[in-house]
Amino acid sequence: MNTIEVIKNWIDKESEVLDLGCGDGEIISILSKEWGSRVLGVEINQDDINKCIQSGLNVIHQNIDEGLGNFSDNSFDVVIMSQTIQVLREPKKALQEVTRIGNESIVTIPNFGYWTTRINLLLSGKMPVTGTLPNTWHDTDNIHLCTIKDFENLCSECGINIREKCFFNKFGKESVLAKVVPNLFATTAMYKISK
Amino acid sequence: MSDSIGKVKAQKVTLKGKFELECGQSFNDIELVYETYGVLNADATNAILICHALSGNHHAAGKYENEEKPGWWDSLIGPEKAVDTNKFFVVCPNNIGGCHGSLGPNSINHDTGDYYGPDFPIITVRDWVNSQAKLSDLLGIEKWHAVMGGSLGGMQALEWSYLYPKRIKKAGIIAAAPKLSAQNIAFNEVARQAILNDPDFEGGRYLDKSKYPKQGLKLARMVGHITYLSEEAMRSKFGRELKKEKLNFGYDAEFEIESYLRYQGDVFSESFDANTYLLMTKILDYFDPASNFEGKLVSAFESIEAQLLVVSFSTDWRFAPERSKEIVNALIEAKKNVSYLEIDSPHGHDSFLFANEDYVKGLSAFLEN
Repeated sequence: MNTIEVIKNWIDKESEVLDLGCGDGEIISILSKEWGSRVLGVEINQDDINKCIQSGLNVIHQNIDEGLGNFSDNSFDVVIMSQTIQVLREPKKALQEVTRIGNESIVTIPNFGYWTTRINLLLSGKMPVTGTLPNTWHDTDNIHLCTIKDFENLCSECGINIREKCFFNKFGKESVLAKVVPNLFATTAMYKISK
Repeated sequence: MSDSIGKVKAQKVTLKGKFELECGQSFNDIELVYETYGVLNADATNAILICHALSGNHHAAGKYENEEKPGWWDSLIGPEKAVDTNKFFVVCPNNIGGCHGSLGPNSINHDTGDYYGPDFPIITVRDWVNSQAKLSDLLGIEKWHAVMGGSLGGMQALEWSYLYPKRIKKAGIIAAAPKLSAQNIAFNEVARQAILNDPDFEGGRYLDKSKYPKQGLKLARMVGHITYLSEEAMRSKFGRELKKEKLNFGYDAEFEIESYLRYQGDVFSESFDANTYLLMTKILDYFDPASNFEGKLVSAFESIEAQLLVVSFSTDWRFAPERSKEIVNALIEAKKNVSYLEIDSPHGHDSFLFANEDYVKGLSAFLEN
């Protein structure tokens, strides 16, 4: 299964979904079109916002780093934060906010512990530039990269429960290797979490 | 480059019958002038209503015969523009209380034979929207594809969305606020005092006495104009540039910004009615949809069915982005279909008049999705 299929497995059709850092609306447009779910995106990139509007999606122009206080506690069934937490200034606060706003939350992270990243750093002695992390260290939005272990530690530190997890290989699919030794063989990890 | 709609002409219509106002007074038969651009389709589903702001009127796009200056929103309305007149039938009326042909303080009161002047009742945004709904009936438009406007125009679009939820598919609420702040009202009050204290105001009966409170209206507009521009826009456009090479130690307009403001005030005071200006500022001050709902904007928005787009501009301090977000947050809480765009623009409150690329793209995506 790919990420969107897993998300669909993890949430109810009737769920109201908030997607923080929704990009061009890839995930919420599928939920909205295939399921008719009530969805709302939050995005900072103007071109992406216009793409969302063009697709008829509701989207709010907002910088997550400036706070999410405008969303009240448990106001959404599901809050999605996909491939976004690593670009935020305060990932820990964001994680707490995500679980405050959503009854359930789905967070996807790029895994810095992936084996090619490790070897890349070990052999070249330079910050890794890979398929999932294509930019050089000084030119990347990814200012808070972490490994699967790091992320799970942060969840436990924040008193956040991990309800489900799923690991994907570089093709965006689940695989045996990624499942068995995720921190080494998964490029992406997806979690269903709640307070 | 997008074209202009070309030559346009105003039209006039009479809304027959008794028209009750929120203040308790009423009118019999209301004359409204309006313009239309584009063609209404067979099932009347492509109509967009444009609501004008404080100093606006029905001339939103195109040019009149023998006039060089296009309508106030010509940058956004026309063929292949944000509001594409190849696709949409666009209607823009001059609101009641205006001074460019619709029933207003400078109209003759048929009961007395005199100008209404200061006797013209205080109109509200709700009265405007009700009159626009009557205009829709006459034009055969059951449901607007969109109602939109900037500033006070955005407030009308918002009012439409909860007052006539079944008659509007989309609402574009641009550079607006859910109500005026104390600071906003304060600026309006300065403008009113400038007009009211002009000796030629004559208690509002200046037309009967062949006088005109030009200085008061000019001053009111100068104050208003400052609030439409950003500090940044003023600095980059005028800075401390002098008209002459050096200071002349007097009170004539020495700095460029002084002569600019005086010029703007002069031009405006020659084409606008002072009583209308007073009325418009009052309409702004009174707008407060939450007031009927114990101050809860969320409750005011309960009936909304339309898809809404709220747009704000980074340097607007008259109705800053925070004010637009008040609308957006209440709409989110009320679980309405809302999108929000904050456009980076240097032009302050006036930004809504400029064809900024992101703004144009966002608007057309919204109107055409």
